[in-house]
Amino acid sequence: MELILSSLSMLAHWDVLAALLIGSIGGVIIGAIPGVGAAVAIAILLPATFSFEPIVGLTLLLGVYGSSMYGGAIPAVLINTPGTAVNALTTYDGYPMTKKGQGHRALSLAYSASFFGGMFSILCLIVLSPVLAMIAPHFGSREIFLAALMGIILVVVAHRGQVFAAGMLACFGIFLNTIGLEPAKYTKRFTFDQSWLTSGVDLIVVVLGLFAISQALLLLVDKEHQPGSAKVDGNLFSGLRELFAFKRVATVSSSFGVLMGMIPGVGEFTAQFLSYTYAQKTSKDPDLFGKGSPEGLIASEAANNAVPGAAMIPLLALGIPGEALTAMMLSVFYVHNVIPGPQLFQGKLDFVVALYLALFLLNIIVLIFLLSSTGLLLKIIQIPTRFLGVMIMTLSFVGVFSLRNSVTDCAIAAGFGVFGLVLKRLNLPIVPIILGMVLGGIMEVKLRSAMARVHSPLDFIDRPIAAILFIAIILILVLHVRTVIREHKVRLEREEDTSETSTQQG
Amino acid sequence: MARIKTLQELFKRYRRPGDIVFATLFLVFSVFLLTQVPGETVWAKRTKWFAQPRFWPTVAIGGMVLFASLHFIGSLCSQRIPGRWREVGFWLKSFEFVAYFLIYVLLVPQIGYLPATLAFTLFLCVRIGEATPLNLGAAVVFSISVVVIFRAFLQVKVPAGHIYEALPDGIRAFALTYL
Repeated sequence: MELILSSLSMLAHWDVLAALLIGSIGGVIIGAIPGVGAAVAIAILLPATFSFEPIVGLTLLLGVYGSSMYGGAIPAVLINTPGTAVNALTTYDGYPMTKKGQGHRALSLAYSASFFGGMFSILCLIVLSPVLAMIAPHFGSREIFLAALMGIILVVVAHRGQVFAAGMLACFGIFLNTIGLEPAKYTKRFTFDQSWLTSGVDLIVVVLGLFAISQALLLLVDKEHQPGSAKVDGNLFSGLRELFAFKRVATVSSSFGVLMGMIPGVGEFTAQFLSYTYAQKTSKDPDLFGKGSPEGLIASEAANNAVPGAAMIPLLALGIPGEALTAMMLSVFYVHNVIPGPQLFQGKLDFVVALYLALFLLNIIVLIFLLSSTGLLLKIIQIPTRFLGVMIMTLSFVGVFSLRNSVTDCAIAAGFGVFGLVLKRLNLPIVPIILGMVLGGIMEVKLRSAMARVHSPLDFIDRPIAAILFIAIILILVLHVRTVIREHKVRLEREEDTSETSTQQG
Repeated sequence: MARIKTLQELFKRYRRPGDIVFATLFLVFSVFLLTQVPGETVWAKRTKWFAQPRFWPTVAIGGMVLFASLHFIGSLCSQRIPGRWREVGFWLKSFEFVAYFLIYVLLVPQIGYLPATLAFTLFLCVRIGEATPLNLGAAVVFSISVVVIFRAFLQVKVPAGHIYEALPDGIRAFALTYL
């Protein structure tokens, strides 16, 4: 109780509350505009938050992170264009419902399912935190090294059909992180005698280039396509009641979201895939899936909204980000000298609980905002895409330049912008680069400190958690190979009709 | 023969136009980095392997070469969709906007954040063929809001323009701090 009171007092400042309000409402709007996702917004806002208190900056970014998927459901349901990538599955059932004239029902269900998922994950967090506070101190260097390694492996194998590309990009990320002066022996690595490379490649510069500038370039170079207009009438509150009829699907989907959010490297898409498959298999009306099934819509939205809360668990407890957005947030922690990890859970539990409470409030604010102003949002999303490109480009400049007023940084960011554009056009994943940079740094430091006390290879895994992590890594690899072989056999059996959509590879 | 075909099947995947260009370039880049490892990193004396400055770059670049080769083979085995050079053209077109962006970056310390931002957004509006009065107005409002929010309100570090020095006394201090 005392803990909650002290956390509440951390939140009860005007600047924290303002950050919460701006973050959550801003996040919904940003999520609703197709072409700008939470990643773009967080990348741009990141440097601006450096001057804030840690709790203010993090609340703002968490607000954007947690609420963008709510907003992303609106264009997904009404105009068949997902606002953010994780709303893509929502279009499968949301848009057919709109075509049947049930647009308001679909939207209201999407909001309700999102709200349920968000709240469910926060409750799980609050229940789990005492357990985490107990386990976290048992994570020493070797456990954190193994967890980071598992994160890298998972992010590679989770990109089904693009494993090789994800692998090479993750390694590229690890490489980027090694550029510059290394801190142990003070030698230069891959600086090619260029002074601007000595300080290394800044994560934020890369993030801004890969996410924000690349998106701006894509919008500017591509043909103009203005999102269509849409209207929605009817009572949006009805979905909350209807959700009760589907509480089983909502609960299971949220649980998948929480589980997948907690495991580094996995995230929303796997959670959605699992929930959607589950919902379809257990549904009384499986044929309706993809043609306007409320259960499919709920599975997609509840699962994706349960992830942000859960993704905070490995970040806060171990300092290991599970995906790109939490990787960006990790840099905010570092800038404010708050080092996430076991010590944070022991020493600053009120800070952690305050973050959870902020997430809790955020979901309520967003739901109220959405129920009252969906009509207004529908006007905002009609910004011409190329004009949107101009806006993102202008904002990217502030993001990069305000870091250290460096023209070189801007040029590097622009270079990564072009690289990101190529990756996006080729449908190759960007996230492995970011995770490679962050987890690569963690692995280097932790391996060095872990090995000091390791004499034989078996020593490395002689503690229970290290052993469990090691077995998990082996299992992941074995299961992956097994899936690849099985898929390959299935494909060979129906060789004729596997032309261009075949899912690949190992 | 059947065995080779099976192996080829294993690498098949969905391949977008231009895929092989990227796969080739990335592989060449990775191999280039691999050749640079001895010159660009140090193997320290009396230091264990895990603390060697060379260890992680080698692991990373080794992984890049391995996966980039596999990715390249995958690209070779998969069915081609036409439109390779049109796609590469699309990538190259983005350099035009990169150039505008860098000019904007260089202009800010000279003519100041607000004027440079106004010039940048208005110019881009014209360049992309969206110069309707509504859009131009929106660009002006947007530029002013960005400058006010980031420089005046959030106080992010953006240098004041040299040109502001020439302003009359009353406005100069204001411009130097807020615009």
